Amino acid sequence: MNVMSRILPSSASVPPPPLPLHHADGPPAPGLEAVAITKRFGAFTALDSVSLKLRPGTVHALLGENGAGKSTLVKCIMGFYRPDEGAVVVGDREVVIGDPRSAQTHGLGMVYQHFTLVPRMTVLENLVMARASVPAVIDWRAERRRLAAFLDTMPFTIDVDAAVATLAAGDKQKAEIVKQLYLDARVLILDEPTSVLTPDEADETLGLIRGMALAGRLSVLIITHKFREVMAFADDVTVLRRGRLAGSGAVADHTPDSLARLMIGDSSTAVPVERRGPPGRAARLRIAGLRANDDSGLPALHGVDLTVQVGEIVGVAGVSGNGQVELVQVLAGQRAATAGSVQVGGEPYRATREEMRRHKVHCLPEEPLRNACVPGMSVAENMAFRSFDEPPITRGGGWLGSWWLDPAAMRRAALDLIARYRVKTTGPDAPIATLSGGNVQRAVLARELSREVDVLIAANPVFGLDFAAVADIHAQIVEARNRGTAVLLVSEDLDELLELSDRLVVMSHGAIVHETTPAAADLTVIGRCMAGH
Amino acid sequence: MDHASLGWWGVPLAVLAGAIRVSTPFLFVSLGECLTEKSGRINLGLEGTLVMGAMSGYATAYLTGNPWAGVLVAGLAGSLLGTLHAMICALERVNDIAVGIALMLLGTGLAFFLGKPFIQPQAPQLPSIPFGWWSGSAQVRSALDINPLFLVGLALAPLLLWGLRTTRWGMVLRIVGESAEAARAMGYHINRVRLLATAAGGFFAGVGGSFLSLSYPGSWNERLSSGQGITAVALVIFARWDPVLCVWASLLFGGAGALGPALQSVGVTQGYHLFNAAPYVLTLAIMIATSSSRHRLAGAPAELSVTR
Repeated sequence: MNVMSRILPSSASVPPPPLPLHHADGPPAPGLEAVAITKRFGAFTALDSVSLKLRPGTVHALLGENGAGKSTLVKCIMGFYRPDEGAVVVGDREVVIGDPRSAQTHGLGMVYQHFTLVPRMTVLENLVMARASVPAVIDWRAERRRLAAFLDTMPFTIDVDAAVATLAAGDKQKAEIVKQLYLDARVLILDEPTSVLTPDEADETLGLIRGMALAGRLSVLIITHKFREVMAFADDVTVLRRGRLAGSGAVADHTPDSLARLMIGDSSTAVPVERRGPPGRAARLRIAGLRANDDSGLPALHGVDLTVQVGEIVGVAGVSGNGQVELVQVLAGQRAATAGSVQVGGEPYRATREEMRRHKVHCLPEEPLRNACVPGMSVAENMAFRSFDEPPITRGGGWLGSWWLDPAAMRRAALDLIARYRVKTTGPDAPIATLSGGNVQRAVLARELSREVDVLIAANPVFGLDFAAVADIHAQIVEARNRGTAVLLVSEDLDELLELSDRLVVMSHGAIVHETTPAAADLTVIGRCMAGH
Repeated sequence: MDHASLGWWGVPLAVLAGAIRVSTPFLFVSLGECLTEKSGRINLGLEGTLVMGAMSGYATAYLTGNPWAGVLVAGLAGSLLGTLHAMICALERVNDIAVGIALMLLGTGLAFFLGKPFIQPQAPQLPSIPFGWWSGSAQVRSALDINPLFLVGLALAPLLLWGLRTTRWGMVLRIVGESAEAARAMGYHINRVRLLATAAGGFFAGVGGSFLSLSYPGSWNERLSSGQGITAVALVIFARWDPVLCVWASLLFGGAGALGPALQSVGVTQGYHLFNAAPYVLTLAIMIATSSSRHRLAGAPAELSVTR
């Protein structure tokens, strides 16, 4: 349900009209400065004397890989962490911020990557409760009037009586931003604000934010890893690498290439593996009229038709929450379909363990630690989930059949996989939950790809990983495709899909609404399809 | 009392009287549990709290001669147990359900142990209000002899509903129960809010317990509660975490509990024990009818560990 009307053109190149200021006679937005901030966690130095200067009334991008220290820096500024050294300056005064609430009193507001509004409460309830002081008894009618008056001064329009859970992702993001403005934030920090938005929604939101900065209403710090957004919407940029300042300056002095070099350093990244040869002709995975319900029992898939050929990567694009999760779950046997059929190699497929084994269907679900591992079990055991019930890990014949497990064989198999897939672990006996995200991903990849694979279903396989791990995992997927595997790649990252796919489809509201090839792809059309238009 | 004088009409009247009388402990425990669960924590120990409330209330009433002092002490004993639950649950990696079961056993055990000397003596009872003064029938008069605690509970339900919707306290409680993440981002102390909610829930349950021992017929023994505390937890789910619906649910369960004795009084003795099991059958039936393997319960606070 789209309850927010978009009153501004969505293209970022059109400057927004002059904005009526919330406090027309108030002071302009202050600047923000982080001076030589150092933060250590035990022996690990997460931030090493990092400085950042956000000029008043500008948009400043904070770039860096995962783990480079962007979030740590921002959390030090917002008072989640107390820096070991360094200072925070707002306007021209040094401030000590002990907790997020006191950040609010200094005019700092942060919009998190994950939505922090309470889903089942209305926008009005959320906004009023976020204020520093809430009266003991709330007069909702008066609060509603006050909020409506405030919204009249904003370029955003919101249905304040809608429960947040019913808002579209882009509208939720706007509601988060409106919340900070309602709380009188003059310095706005946005953590990956566009990761859940379509390109159009992203441009619209960033355009509005930039407009408010130009009007002197806001100073904005955006954490991002999207160069396009930095080049289009930011005035200045600061790049972090491994907890250190790698570079800073005006965006105009940089190119995407120079920024990328600052981000990843001089170490060269793996050259992407080429897709070799055209896909085969035979359909390996055929999905027809597939329907399924989501967790609340409402239809999530409205008849999905999709075919993946031998040796082909089909990319599924879409904004999260449009049925991708349910599609992957049905194919992985984690959710029952309500109608439709799935065929693998011409035979009906119901995702039983026996069928998965016979048809060599393998799966790389998103968040593998949660969806494909038992966190408390060892790396070796987790790696044996596909093979523990067959030789060589099972032993003994006769009436015992395959009841006897051979832990030594399991360990040997795991050691082999750990070496081949470069999984960093203290050993095969370590609980898999103790591994870093990238290494959990590699361990699951090792389990799923080390055997013969005819069909691979991968969902956001590189989410949250650093450059090296991304290149590595992409190479593995392309190699599997070159060996003849039919790959269904579901991802929220359009760039990833354009790079890897032979064919690209767009999923919206539980159905495939658009099909193209990366070569012929029109980003505007794809964006529009993703948004459901 | 001569039930036969009204014939079969005695059954609905007895069920109504039973609904009012038997529902009071259900009402208090479920309102308390509703409050606790709204904060995102489940306290299964309220059965123990109920028994502890019954014992401490009775003992206090006996020792001071004032039944209302008993009600107050029962509530305080309940909030003490609630505080204990919340403090243990605030520790890392502690499961609220396991703690609840432990506290259920602790509460009942402690009450039996401390309550031994109070089984014999007679404590003063809570006075009841004769709403049936206008009727000539003894049955009607006894049915409408209503305990003031029932009326307190009745008034409490809409008050809680109002409080959860329109006061800062109620809103904070709900935010903590709906999204700990959001509450933390707003700077609220989650454990502190849950401690207060669990302590308040324990207070209500304790008061509900004092009703068991201090209202008619008024005695303390170890068989006083027959699982009302646990049933009330189920009742909160049935009432969809809505205090006012808790009232109706309590009345329904109370009425079901009164069905067996009511039928017996008019001479239907066959299946007496079966009718006595009505509340439990009702609990099961409601649970089956309102739950689904596919989707979560509507209205459940999102932070509740059993519904996540």
